[in-house]
Amino acid sequence: MSDLRELYQEVILDHTKKPRNKRVIADATGQSHGVNPLCGDKATVYVKVEDGRVVDVSFDGQGCSISTASASMMTEAVRGKTAAEVETLFERFHALVTAPSDQAGQNAAPELGKLAVFSGVCEFPVRVKCASLPWHTLKAALTGDDAVSTE
Amino acid sequence: MSAPVPAPSVAPAGLALDVAALRAEFPVLRQRVHGKPLVFLDSAASAQKPQVVIDAERRCYEEYYANIHRGVHKLSQLSTEAYEGAREDVRRFIGAASTKEVIFTRGTTESINLVAQAWGRKNVGPGDEVLITALEHHSNIVPWQMLCEERHAKLKVAPIDDRGVVILEEFEKQLSVRTKMCAFSHVSNALGTVNPVKQMTAMAKKRGAVVLVDGAQAMPRIPLDVQDVGCDFYAFSGHKAYGPSGIGVLWGRRELLQAMPPWQGGGDMILSVSFGKTLYNELPYKFEAGTPNIAGGIALGAAIRWLESKGMERILAHEDAVLRYGTQQLLKVPGLTLVGTSPEKAGVLSFVLAGIHPHDIGQVLDAEGVAIRTGHHCAQPVMDRFGIPATARASLGVYNTNEDLDALVRALGKVREMFG
Ligand SMILES: Cc1ncc(COP(=O)(O)O)c(C=O)c1O
Repeated sequence: MSDLRELYQEVILDHTKKPRNKRVIADATGQSHGVNPLCGDKATVYVKVEDGRVVDVSFDGQGCSISTASASMMTEAVRGKTAAEVETLFERFHALVTAPSDQAGQNAAPELGKLAVFSGVCEFPVRVKCASLPWHTLKAALTGDDAVSTE
Repeated sequence: MSAPVPAPSVAPAGLALDVAALRAEFPVLRQRVHGKPLVFLDSAASAQKPQVVIDAERRCYEEYYANIHRGVHKLSQLSTEAYEGAREDVRRFIGAASTKEVIFTRGTTESINLVAQAWGRKNVGPGDEVLITALEHHSNIVPWQMLCEERHAKLKVAPIDDRGVVILEEFEKQLSVRTKMCAFSHVSNALGTVNPVKQMTAMAKKRGAVVLVDGAQAMPRIPLDVQDVGCDFYAFSGHKAYGPSGIGVLWGRRELLQAMPPWQGGGDMILSVSFGKTLYNELPYKFEAGTPNIAGGIALGAAIRWLESKGMERILAHEDAVLRYGTQQLLKVPGLTLVGTSPEKAGVLSFVLAGIHPHDIGQVLDAEGVAIRTGHHCAQPVMDRFGIPATARASLGVYNTNEDLDALVRALGKVREMFG
């Protein structure tokens, strides 16, 4: 069986216990609210875009360790990127967490950097939504949708 | 070939349940999960099946399967006999007056929808009210919402207290002469609360309301006599009662069922059809359009006879003892809060752990071979009432023992190791 430590890597547990950028951005240029009805997770993502680049990004809400760590690490990964770059990164991330489980982590795109620790998620299909909720929500915040659901 | 259905056997009185022997009747419980012995604590979602139920379904397909109610040939007669035999098993088990009152459905959800539509559309009008409680499963909320929206009626909700107990004074106050339907669960799947259904039914009937009881969780756990409860409709699912999924029951009072229009149209629910006029069949077939889950119904009969052979009083006593033991043990776990602390409880231990999301609890428990459910348990209003997004829920079946609860507590130790 897939070892639980593959899923709950130290970096993930660290971000769960000490989430980064968990705050409200008062002068955000975009924000969106995401829910995962399956487990009741709720996340609000705030972004501030200047000259086409993300200059600040944060999140707030209630979620499991995977969604909290994913949100926390996402806020660190997307700062300074354009909306198009964020979109590409999300695609890479999505491919990582939805890979066939026998290929877990094998084809992690180099630009994922630290986000590669989420490679274990693909072995736990019900957790894919947890990992991708913050990303869906960020994408919505960037495009001006104020709510998303993983359903 | 003989009739495929053996006579029901009644449990010897007094003796306690031999749980070790009973467990051995469940093939699925013998396995290991992730290298650990399976500890199955998710029977409120769906129960496992004993060998006799599996055999009943298999024998039907292997030995005498055919469509029912229409063939002159031998197999059709045997299938019909077995299917109708299961209806009699249900009637006897729930204490109904007649098999005409026992309608086979796909399950609790379909049973409630049948009443909301066939009875509700005819009897609930603008300004009327439907009263439910704050601890209902979505399947005892949404059909009434849909009905109320369509008929411009009002859905009212009786509140629960911090223990998850329906506040009876409030319940009574919300009843009025406009209350046409009062629907509540017998046992809550999210909290385990056992409602005083007889008392609540009496209160509602005094105001002239028709009463539906959602018995999905109660039917496999608590001895039942629908006539003693006094309600008008009682709904349950086969799969929570050690029988197959895709089969369930709506029991209804004959006068009410007779006065109701049919629900779905098709084969089996008619006496004669011409393009000018269709004559509907008698009860219960009026509400059973189309070919049903034949083998499933037969296997539900087997599940009911199996429950009777163990004895519902003994099942209740055993589950109650395990529930009490589990409650004590869980309360010793640091940071654990039980959600649902009614003095009258059955089957369910819902809880949260400080700082640890239920999803993560469930994931770590799974790796330890312990199967529980996490989430809102199709009762989002209950979660909102307690201000939580979700709970972890361990729920009991008749095969669970104190050792299973010990395994749960040990596994919760691992959860705290990882996330503490
Ligand atoms: C109290 C209660 N009511 C209704 C249902 C719905 O049952 P089914 O899904 O079998 O229709 C359930 C099942 O979870 C339940 O626990």
